[in-house]
Amino acid sequence: MKITLWGVRGSIPTSTPETKMYGGNTSCVQIESDDTLLILDAGTGIQHIHFNDNLSHRRIDILLTHLHNDHIQGLGFFKPLFNQDAEVHIWGPASQTQTLRARLGRYFAPPFSPIYFREFSCKLILHEISNESFDIGSINVMANFILHPGPTFGFRVMAEGKVFAYIPDHEPALGSKGLIENPDWLSGSQIVKNADLLLHDAQFTAEEYAAKQGWGHCSMEDALKYASILNVQHLLLAHHDPDRTDSELDRLYHHLKESQTSDMPFAMAVEGSEIIL
Amino acid sequence: MPYPIEIILNRQLADCLAIPVFITDTTGNLLFYNEPAEEILGERYEDTGEMPVEKWSTIFKSKDESGQLLDPEELPLVKTLNNQLPYFKTFWIESLRGKSEKISVSSYPIIGRTGVFMGAVAIFWRPSDE
Repeated sequence: MKITLWGVRGSIPTSTPETKMYGGNTSCVQIESDDTLLILDAGTGIQHIHFNDNLSHRRIDILLTHLHNDHIQGLGFFKPLFNQDAEVHIWGPASQTQTLRARLGRYFAPPFSPIYFREFSCKLILHEISNESFDIGSINVMANFILHPGPTFGFRVMAEGKVFAYIPDHEPALGSKGLIENPDWLSGSQIVKNADLLLHDAQFTAEEYAAKQGWGHCSMEDALKYASILNVQHLLLAHHDPDRTDSELDRLYHHLKESQTSDMPFAMAVEGSEIIL
Repeated sequence: MPYPIEIILNRQLADCLAIPVFITDTTGNLLFYNEPAEEILGERYEDTGEMPVEKWSTIFKSKDESGQLLDPEELPLVKTLNNQLPYFKTFWIESLRGKSEKISVSSYPIIGRTGVFMGAVAIFWRPSDE
């Protein structure tokens, strides 16, 4: 399974020289296994994904963890949506009030967008999902709702005997006592447990999180603890705060490394990096 | 078995409240009770963890104003578990130590955005709290 990180920034893209090394594009991860291609989230990072005119992958599956702007902002710029030879499947959280098409359609319409949803000329198939598992080609995906404002998924992606867990937006420590150190009482534990690699929200420091509880995100310290409780093999800290410079991320990484109590390997996610599981 | 986020959120809310809160699964097994509820049960969650319905339902007796034992089917939490609807009732409870106390109970079902019934919550109010 090949994993490419095309966007690891949180909330809003950045383009300053000070954020160039870790990258400024918002959430988007590409996964390839055999002939299957998945794209997790359609943040601005999706603009990096190019296909030739013949579309080596005729079918493309885009799995949206949720519909916050930083996870769908790149969708309207994804060229296969305008290619009538392409078959694009978009998977997103079901709602009891509106269809996925209706909710995405609110974004792809004036005044927010010059392009209407109906103008996508590819063969477009929408899938509304709930807590469930499903196969896409050679890849199995488990989706579970996790703690974040609005219906939001974590995805457990399984292929070639490996597990990649993806939870870019998550507040597992929400509550007066913070993280509950029992996997049964941890949001997303089914997605994350024993994963070979976890990409997890780490937007805040512990100090920042104290002032931003309920915003739907996680501190770096809690992300490390969470991954350790759930026996993750490798952790990537992501959804970097848009104000966080490269040098600050480096400094925070070293600080976390010095204070880490487990021996679980971890790193700050870097845009453009490729990982083979 | 990991709990769904709807149960986890109810626990986190209960942890923040000053009133006794009990959270059960769909069959009445006690999944969590907060610190104010520990006072009513005479047990600490840290010590007991989850409790099967057969155990925790015998810790106190429910009675009416004349001291007659109530049919369990009349209790708000049991009705919520049976019908997946909210209920409210005021009655008396007597602990194993013989202490009697007037109590009001509100109960509601936990039905998440998937539409699946996941459990129930009972909130105990002392008359002075009302």
